Amino acid sequence: MAALSLLPAVYLVVRAAEASGEAWALLLRGRTLALLGGTLGLALAVTGCATAISLPLAWLTTRTSLPGRRVWTVLLCLPLALPTFVSGYVLLAAFGTGGALEAPLARWGVPVPPVYGFPGALLALTLSTYPYLFLALRAGLLAQDPALLESAWSLGLTPAQAFWRVTLPLLRPAFTSGALLVGLYVLSDFGAVALVQYDAFSRIIYMQYEGAYDRAYAALLGLVLVVVTVAVLAWEERARGRASYHRSARGASRATPLVQLGRWSVPALIGCGAVVTLGVGLPVGILLYWAVRGLSSGETSLLGPGLNSVLASGLAAVLAVVAALPLAVLGVRYPGRLSVLLERSAYVGYALPPIVLALSLVFFGIQVATFLYGTLAMLLLGYLVRFLPQAVGAVRGALLQLSPHLAEAAATLGHSPPSVLTRVTAPLMAPGLLAGGALVFLTAMKELPATLLLAPIGFETLATRVWSATAEGQFAQAAPPALVLLAISALGVGLLLSQEGRASPGS
Amino acid sequence: MKPLLSMEQITLQYTQGGTAAVDGLSLTLEQGEILALLGPSGCGKTTTLRLVAGFEQPQAGRIILEDRVLCSPDTFVAPSQRRVGMVFQDYALFPHLSVLDNVTFGLASLPRSEQVTRAREMLALFSLSGLEMRMPHSLSGGQQQRVALARALAPRPRVLLLDEAFSSLDAALRVSTRAEVRRVLKSLETTVLLVTHDQEEAMAFADRLAVMKAGRVEQVGTPESVYAAPRNSFVASFLGGTNLLPGTASDGTVRTAMGDIPLVGQALGPVLVSLRPEALRLVSGTEPRTGVPDVQVLAREFQGHGAEFTVKCGELELKVRGVPELPLRPGDKAQLEVVGKAVVLEDSSR
Repeated sequence: MAALSLLPAVYLVVRAAEASGEAWALLLRGRTLALLGGTLGLALAVTGCATAISLPLAWLTTRTSLPGRRVWTVLLCLPLALPTFVSGYVLLAAFGTGGALEAPLARWGVPVPPVYGFPGALLALTLSTYPYLFLALRAGLLAQDPALLESAWSLGLTPAQAFWRVTLPLLRPAFTSGALLVGLYVLSDFGAVALVQYDAFSRIIYMQYEGAYDRAYAALLGLVLVVVTVAVLAWEERARGRASYHRSARGASRATPLVQLGRWSVPALIGCGAVVTLGVGLPVGILLYWAVRGLSSGETSLLGPGLNSVLASGLAAVLAVVAALPLAVLGVRYPGRLSVLLERSAYVGYALPPIVLALSLVFFGIQVATFLYGTLAMLLLGYLVRFLPQAVGAVRGALLQLSPHLAEAAATLGHSPPSVLTRVTAPLMAPGLLAGGALVFLTAMKELPATLLLAPIGFETLATRVWSATAEGQFAQAAPPALVLLAISALGVGLLLSQEGRASPGS
Repeated sequence: MKPLLSMEQITLQYTQGGTAAVDGLSLTLEQGEILALLGPSGCGKTTTLRLVAGFEQPQAGRIILEDRVLCSPDTFVAPSQRRVGMVFQDYALFPHLSVLDNVTFGLASLPRSEQVTRAREMLALFSLSGLEMRMPHSLSGGQQQRVALARALAPRPRVLLLDEAFSSLDAALRVSTRAEVRRVLKSLETTVLLVTHDQEEAMAFADRLAVMKAGRVEQVGTPESVYAAPRNSFVASFLGGTNLLPGTASDGTVRTAMGDIPLVGQALGPVLVSLRPEALRLVSGTEPRTGVPDVQVLAREFQGHGAEFTVKCGELELKVRGVPELPLRPGDKAQLEVVGKAVVLEDSSR
């Protein structure tokens, strides 16, 4: 299983090594550098915009008397459910050529926002990713010991001074991990940059592949992207390790006294409202507008792609959980250098941007496993490598909540190992495994790049339907599947959030 | 009489060639006896318990329960076949089963009606009647602990193992629960092997105790005998706290830096002796007596029923038990009287 997850990475290196001298020369010329700059620049810009939105919102929803703080928090998290290619679609279907708002805005003399290239990518990705930072900053603010702020006040700082000199510096670890998460997301994104035609790594890699020019060059580009991603991941890992030193003692469940907003409530509400309008109102409105038009013309059928999506994602979910079980059991119950290494290897899929993962599996399929290439099995292999980390995480969580004493207690009460498994271990782990499977299922439903590259010819899923229809400017046809995906994705996000907040039974 | 449970020279190393968690340990338990394994964390006491339960397999030695070899170099009885009950420190109640189903869990061989009858009896014994349908998470810590006891005792195990079974309870509850549980276990004539790091708990709960250190048993005996006559400085310090004094013995006394002290028994030559804090008494300096050393009080620790003083006597620092009314405070001068006897320790040569 570990070998399977390492396969794409290894094969990518092999394929890149076969690159001709010309490809290497191509890689080293200015264009690659510009591409790197463009991708990193986008990541930085998105992170900056997301910070500008998230920091005030996180503070407003945790530390002030803002009316309806709970409702705002949920509404502000909702854009997590927007797959980036749906964000891209929404922008194009609203403001792009032939978009729903293009004509009305022009009629009123309002300039139509530019949606192609950098501005579009920035807007789409900021909308899809700011909730990660918002949640991280909120958690950071909530975890701060109120005694720290109170001691700052007692030392003579005004509330404003205390905010700058205590609250903000303490937020640094939370900010770093949230920002890196956003950055990683942008680096590996394919859907949004491809739809708004911004030249980031994933789009160029895809075009190299589609155009069937030099595929070794595509492999080299992929390798560069992986190196950048791994560097950011390593940075994030370090930041997370340090974060624990910064966190104040637990058990301080006392809440920090709320800042009374008074007449500042109105601008605060307007600010929250504006973000929710853009992040939730616009996508839902545009999707509904086009869906109604599409369904009334009656030319779209959701059934075929829907069934394909369910089939592929369902199989992927079962495979991922079954594959994750031995890895997680080894890592949790028999911790040793080898077992931890094996478990870690499952996370390679996480470090590979999906477009690169898919590309390396394509190479593997063409050159080595020709019998697999173009079959459903190949797509499932891609899903498996991509979602194994998620499944291992869920199974790990279920196992960690299960005290080993429970199985031992059952044994002293006269139960044989099979009986212990069926009467204690299995019933206690079932909810965790189900949740893990459901999570993989819901995430796989909205997977785009790997599906585009690895699915059998003619095997259309909801995600690829949205993609192809949008690319052709047929917004009405793309809307119904996009709406379904949005609903599924919202389910997945809800499940993820409820998993994280669940108290641990049996410990 | 033959012992119910005997461990013979058992040794367990977790890593090959590493230090042994349990090192040639031998112990026996009589029918109906409560034996406490007492020692600092990491001394191998919990490992010993897990060896008896069958969760670990020793590399050497045998464990025999009622003429049946549970494990030896060529036999191993699975935990489910041992008829050994265990209560874990975290209780390990099955979170998906009700209190009743937890207690009937070990009664699979009986018809359901008998299972329920037996479980209700056990629950009643531990004053848990009425909680049968509750789920474990809705119970208090004390109730969970008693459910765990009822569950472990329901299949009528030959030996009950308690792994720090009282340490999760808060201090006030611990003392009353301990007495109640001891009463029930004695009424059932249960044979119990208890692991604890709490010397007070071991002395109050057990008929005999075994003090362990680094995988070996240092001393076994009734709490009274071990307290009165510790074999070596580790046992003396771990059980109750003591003053360790080097000196020279001749017949029934030992000459130390603080004067001559009467000995329990006889000895000759250089020795190390243990002198309990209650074997010393402080006299405030109003009526100076000759032949009694002068001391200075360094610290006073009020303990409610008494007070413990730390005093400086020449180069020595000594602990002395006193009454709280004694008007001595840090810095005061006083005199020190010996009212008890010192015990010669085996590690005298060191």
